[in-house]
Amino acid sequence: MHIVVCVKQVPDTKIIKINPKTNTLDRRSAPAILNPYDAHAVQEAVRMKRLIKDVYISVLSMGPPQANAIIKKSVEIGAEEGYLISDRAFAGADTLATSYALSKALDKIASIRPIDMILCGKHAIDGDTGQVGPGIARRLDIPPVTNVIEVTELDEKEQTVVVKRKLSGGYQLLQIQVPCLLTVEKEINEIEYSPLPNMLKAARYEPIVWTVNDLEDVDRTQLGLKGSPTIVGKMFTPPKHEGGKRLEGSSDEQVRELIKCLLEEKKELFYVK
Amino acid sequence: MPEKFDVIVVGAGPAGTSCAYTCAKNGLKVLQLERGEYPGSKNVMGGVLYRKQMEEIIPEFWKEAPLERPVIEQRFWMMDKESTVSFGYKGLEWGMEPYNNFTVLRAPFDQWFAAKGVEQGVLLINETVANECIVENGKVVGVRTDRPDGDVYADVVVLADGVNSLLGKQLGFHKEFRPDEVALTVMEVINLSKEKINDRFNLEDNQGCTIEIFGDSTKGNLGTAFIYTNKESINIGVGTTLSSMIKAKLKPYDLLDYLKNHSMVKPLLAGGESAEYLAHLIPEGGYHSVPKVAGNGVVVVGDAAQLVNAIHREGSNMAMSSGKMAAEAIIRAKERNDFSVASLNSYREALYNSFIMKDLEKYKDAAHTFEHHPQYFREYIPMMNQAMSKFFTVDGTPKREKQKQIMRSVTGAKGTFKVIQDVYRAWKAVK
Repeated sequence: MHIVVCVKQVPDTKIIKINPKTNTLDRRSAPAILNPYDAHAVQEAVRMKRLIKDVYISVLSMGPPQANAIIKKSVEIGAEEGYLISDRAFAGADTLATSYALSKALDKIASIRPIDMILCGKHAIDGDTGQVGPGIARRLDIPPVTNVIEVTELDEKEQTVVVKRKLSGGYQLLQIQVPCLLTVEKEINEIEYSPLPNMLKAARYEPIVWTVNDLEDVDRTQLGLKGSPTIVGKMFTPPKHEGGKRLEGSSDEQVRELIKCLLEEKKELFYVK
Repeated sequence: MPEKFDVIVVGAGPAGTSCAYTCAKNGLKVLQLERGEYPGSKNVMGGVLYRKQMEEIIPEFWKEAPLERPVIEQRFWMMDKESTVSFGYKGLEWGMEPYNNFTVLRAPFDQWFAAKGVEQGVLLINETVANECIVENGKVVGVRTDRPDGDVYADVVVLADGVNSLLGKQLGFHKEFRPDEVALTVMEVINLSKEKINDRFNLEDNQGCTIEIFGDSTKGNLGTAFIYTNKESINIGVGTTLSSMIKAKLKPYDLLDYLKNHSMVKPLLAGGESAEYLAHLIPEGGYHSVPKVAGNGVVVVGDAAQLVNAIHREGSNMAMSSGKMAAEAIIRAKERNDFSVASLNSYREALYNSFIMKDLEKYKDAAHTFEHHPQYFREYIPMMNQAMSKFFTVDGTPKREKQKQIMRSVTGAKGTFKVIQDVYRAWKAVK
């Protein structure tokens, strides 16, 4: 079984700063990291490999040459091969153009080794759209299954997979025929501490880098900025949350104050109309 | 089957990277392990990088390394509560090639240096801790890391794991430190605009200044404080031996706060924004604390070998030189295919014949002397301040009379014999 995991290089949004004048992300202020959801997707592929042995894991990314680093990081987690599509022609892509470019790269990977499953993180922490995964599935005409929190069964013979999807009020159990595309939530697994042989492999590993010329059957008008209909109308930094109310006094006084506050000001929490 | 290398270097600070770089450049297969997220992420140094020893490893490094400012002025302050006696040297020749030393920030510098090693073929693995040396038949044959399937083998293991060398302790090379063998230094990086730094320290853009402060900076305890200028920040720190801290019941962060608010220091920092806070142990035991530096299949370099000259605040240069000397010994050992202690002892010989051990030998009793005779920091520095104040205050007293008064106040407080004894003792400790 060949699993391809799509991964993205993102700025570490925990520490990134926003330029107050232009309201854009100051990308120099934060190091680039492997999108955390994508790391869980690679880890899930590794877990599946442990379950059914005959699994080959590739990762694919689109980005500048520095995105090599996140492919190496994926090899640390346990990927066998890594592909990077990197070209000026891809620059400035929105989710539509990105999913187009990635689907073309996936076509090429499939011509080397047929693909049975594609994994993606549920979304990237810089854009938060969650559109690229389903976009790829649509273009490759395979079922997209989003918000997966558990892969419960993997049947090699029947070529099926059973997964649990997170819904707002519970979860959904689905059996899907491969090939399919899953996007995963963080709770699907814990990222393991990578074994030393993986670290050695990753330190030596050089990803396979493709430019637009290496891909076949590409309509260039659908790539990069040209192929991106998204228009950013306005960007702003959301206002900071106002601090809550601080209760003072002895613990008895504080409890009294809290109860009064709940019963009078937050009545709607207790009484249903 | 775990992989085998020619050399495993534990640690990616100046000592480890010098050693890894030199070995790889000479064709050896080198694995370098770093516990931090990246080289430099865990390392602390006041911030002076010496040109000479760095240049011996990477010629003309100043053309590409991430340096802050070349140091063109070194000041020394003998500080009292509300005064300071200052002397120093400023020379423009230090501001041009080949330079004397530079201020650096360790995180970018160590990353750059380690990347130079990787260019030479070093396999650098971050976020990996070497928990112990693998010893077989009395010989170190590899290390056991904290990762799954984490054993890895080599002909020689280089311990560049820093001041608190756990691997050195595991092998019995050194014991737990005594509190008087290590200093605890705390420092802050304070962001300040280039213009303010240039104005306050009387510098041009590509000129740096260092100030070493003795006396009230450590509340009279054995130790020093420092202020170094970076491009757009200032490193300020203070350290004393652990034993002094324990004895005087000092808290390191209180001491740094005291220094930052000292009337002699505060104006230099005004308006600055604290960007980083760091703390680290510094090996200051000197000559007597240097452990065994070579064993069967193992050598010890840099801070792990306690190679720091506390009097001249030299450490990173000794680390680099020791790393290089160790590499050269390993290369010779590889030619003979003999990695026994007898073979690797050529590193020990090189170390003892170099400036490193000669300098440590020169000052072998200095720390001990100053620690056990606190009057140098506690009494003489205030006396020196009072004397200068008296001598330069114009009040109609004839200068010769002033000299007499000053001499009387010194000998009167201590007794002539005591003063002569103190001067002789200090001279003996640093001669």
